[in-house]
Amino acid sequence: MTDNTPEVHEQLRGIEFADKPEGPIAAAIVAGGVGAAALGLFTTLAEASTDIKDWLNWNDDVGPLSGKTIMAVIVWLVAWAILHAIYRGKPYETRRAFTIALVLVGLGVLGTFPTFFQAFTAD
Amino acid sequence: MSFTDREWWGLIHGMGLGSLFLIAFAGGLAGLYSLRPEWVTAEGVVERVRRLKVGVVTMAATAWLTVITGTWIVYPWYRESPAGDDFAGCAGLSIPDASTCSPRDFLLSDVSGDTTDWHHFGMEWKEHVAWISPILATVVAFIVVYYGTNLIRHQRVRRTAITLYVAAFGFAAIAGAFGAFITKVAPVK
Repeated sequence: MTDNTPEVHEQLRGIEFADKPEGPIAAAIVAGGVGAAALGLFTTLAEASTDIKDWLNWNDDVGPLSGKTIMAVIVWLVAWAILHAIYRGKPYETRRAFTIALVLVGLGVLGTFPTFFQAFTAD
Repeated sequence: MSFTDREWWGLIHGMGLGSLFLIAFAGGLAGLYSLRPEWVTAEGVVERVRRLKVGVVTMAATAWLTVITGTWIVYPWYRESPAGDDFAGCAGLSIPDASTCSPRDFLLSDVSGDTTDWHHFGMEWKEHVAWISPILATVVAFIVVYYGTNLIRHQRVRRTAITLYVAAFGFAAIAGAFGAFITKVAPVK
């Protein structure tokens, strides 16, 4: 959706704009939220389960942080690829995507907050 | 007057990439903020958008380099455990020692005051939350590169990009601040 007031229209005269749908932007924004939420999820799961923590220990020097971060990046990129394929030609507005992303990023921050995830520490 | 290899990497991770990140963020934010119809001309917008692309892509690339060097190069030195389960190797030390007491050992041993929470809260949050920054910075870089001059006539998208950009900086700032504080208390030597 463009800003179409007469004043803006006049000011934009002479500037060339490529006609691009907003769908890919919405896809990228939601995928970013998915990546953040995935990081929070893996962080909390690793704390809650020693089996998951051991599985995420992909590198002995780095420890479980190696698996948590690589998995979060993989989930983010896969989600982005899927959402991009779905929305690439669509005029999907970013307002709703942004709201979804904010909630997902909030969950990601919660999941990576020590006071929260340490409450799930396995015995 | 010299640095160990570990100190050099700490400097590259924190000060070198951190400074570049800050500069790129400032330039990118100024570019995004000023991308308004009343402030641009047809002649100036092409150059301005090109500069904006350089700024946001640089910030995203710097954010990735910072978390990768931090996690895969500096962090392993931080989390070594040469001191043993009872942290005996830290006894009598005022700063960590690479051969007997890693920074993590040092903080958990409490040999230099009440330092446990620097690890349990500060480092635990820093090492995780930092990774949200490059993800969000990459989203913003994609928006700017993909949409280009369209950001001028789609002000809602521009404002969304600004919010995500500031959030990316905010998460990096949390990680950077705790990194600086922890380095002050227990430097990687």
